[in-house]
Amino acid sequence: MPKDQNLDIGSLVEPDRVHKACYADEEVFEQELKNIFHKSWIYIGHESQVPNPGDYWTTWVGKERMIICRAEDGQVHVLYNRCPHRGALICNNLHGNSGNKKSFRCPYHAWQFAMDGSLRNLPMKEGYDGIIDLKDPQLQMRPAERQANYRGFIFASLSEDGPDLETWLGGGKVAFDDICNRSPEGEAEIVANCFRIIQHSNWKIFLENQLDAVHPSITHHSTGDAAADMQKVYKDKTGEDAPMGYQFLADFTLPFEKWDSLSTIGHPYGHNVLAGYMGLRPRDPVTIAHEEALTAVHGEERMDEILSTNVHHVLVYPCLSVQPPLQQLRAVRPLAANKTLTEIWHFKLKGAPEGIYDRSLAYYYHVNAPSTMVNADDLNNFRACQDGLELDGGGDWVSLHRNVGQDPVVDGVTTSVTGMSEQPMRNMFAAWQEYMTGGE
Amino acid sequence: MPKDNALNTSADTQRAVEQFLYQQAEILDDRRWDDWLELFTADGKYWMPVDPEQVTGERVPNIFYEDVYLMDMRIRRVEHPYAHSQMAGHRTSHTVSNVIIQSEDEATGDVVCTSRFHMVEYRLDDQRYFGGKYTHTLKKTEGGYRIQLQRVDIANVEGPFDFVMQVWL
Ligand code: FES
Ligand SMILES: [Fe+2]
Repeated sequence: MPKDQNLDIGSLVEPDRVHKACYADEEVFEQELKNIFHKSWIYIGHESQVPNPGDYWTTWVGKERMIICRAEDGQVHVLYNRCPHRGALICNNLHGNSGNKKSFRCPYHAWQFAMDGSLRNLPMKEGYDGIIDLKDPQLQMRPAERQANYRGFIFASLSEDGPDLETWLGGGKVAFDDICNRSPEGEAEIVANCFRIIQHSNWKIFLENQLDAVHPSITHHSTGDAAADMQKVYKDKTGEDAPMGYQFLADFTLPFEKWDSLSTIGHPYGHNVLAGYMGLRPRDPVTIAHEEALTAVHGEERMDEILSTNVHHVLVYPCLSVQPPLQQLRAVRPLAANKTLTEIWHFKLKGAPEGIYDRSLAYYYHVNAPSTMVNADDLNNFRACQDGLELDGGGDWVSLHRNVGQDPVVDGVTTSVTGMSEQPMRNMFAAWQEYMTGGE
Repeated sequence: MPKDNALNTSADTQRAVEQFLYQQAEILDDRRWDDWLELFTADGKYWMPVDPEQVTGERVPNIFYEDVYLMDMRIRRVEHPYAHSQMAGHRTSHTVSNVIIQSEDEATGDVVCTSRFHMVEYRLDDQRYFGGKYTHTLKKTEGGYRIQLQRVDIANVEGPFDFVMQVWL
């Protein structure tokens, strides 16, 4: 029930508009955690993030704090970060290794757990003799209800039932296929650095922004202009073309017509794909070396198929924004109705030339680092939206009318008539509605 | 203590280096961007690593890693009339202290020095705090010192960051 007793969840979403309570109401937010974040699959981490036994990283599923770790037998586990004794967080660092014994040791009374969560030892065990069996499930660290791995990307679900990961991902699988296929070995390897940035806005505002093709040339006007200026200055002063990072930034002010010619594809469960946009197949030596490496493994035809995949952006609803051709992802961790943590990672492609990584790194720096000249203006807008949506007066609805009713749907998959259609937002809210009302 | 430590440098050098670091902080806080770029050598870099143990900024993630061209671009962005996130007014105030000359090249007069800074940043009714360590590699030129490398290790390097950093610390 939303805080405003006159509203019910089912009435908050209409085909072309949504109620501001979707963003601003703490009760609605609590229900989102229960019905969306605890029912769907949530990205936890990449298997290469924990390369050695004992390695762990901590992260979130909704407001639940989770651990991804690797056991001595090489298995990757996803556990709740909670001691079954008196409830303390077991891992209080962002990441680390559990040490020689490959055991988590609770900082409070030193109960020790294997990396699969099972209780290994504790001081003064006799106190439990004849009272409770130390193998009792309630004395073990609990694993996530379900865990699955798609091409090295690990997801967890806190719900016992629901579709399996691959079924659920559906059209969203392209995010991971496109990353992995670009590697001659078919695998990505994470770079062990996580940029964490807090947004003072609702998690949906971030996702909606990612495939909002109307905003870049407006929001990022200053950055696009500055980058284009510097390309000229650089060329004048050095006689050489400016490094590719400037082009990434200048692209943010592509004219409306360019965005108009693209399309977004809305898949079931709220996943969305933005096709086109980045011509990352110039005829430079790095691209040619990449083509050769892929051809050596797959032959020319398959190489061409892989590198012609022109997916710029994939939203895996509700937890990820992925940019496969540049090997970046941003995981969305909702902390409150008006507070969202993003965990930002990038990847290397195993077996690909070094210059391919340089592209990924340049994008990671310019767009995703805490010094980004791009997201500065996005975050500013997100906060402005949130602050406006929290007002009582001034209107109750958010408009999602652009091109409504015009985007063709085939077999449950919507292809927008223009890249600027508010199709992705409507598709995400259709999924939201399903999750929140149990499909009724 | 390293062999070339502060005790072996002259009071004049110590004073000149301190004045230089104070000036650089004033220039940032006054947003005198042309003067800021002038502080750097042609190959100068501003670097904020992601890890205090990091030894290079090349081919690895960084929080900042900018040559004079990228710094020039950052200036053009913050001064652009449509830099929305700068519109609400953005002010910083730095304090620099604990200036230690780690080494001084007798032949060239080039200096490596460390110092500590505090910075407050005001924007949209909020004040944020940063603190950390500067490591400057300074070239001695006819016009005084120039920065070849400004390394900035902030205390909260792992984040999470509340908003982003739009200008240099
Ligand atoms: S709370 Fe963990 S051992 Fe007591
Ligand atoms: Fe943006």
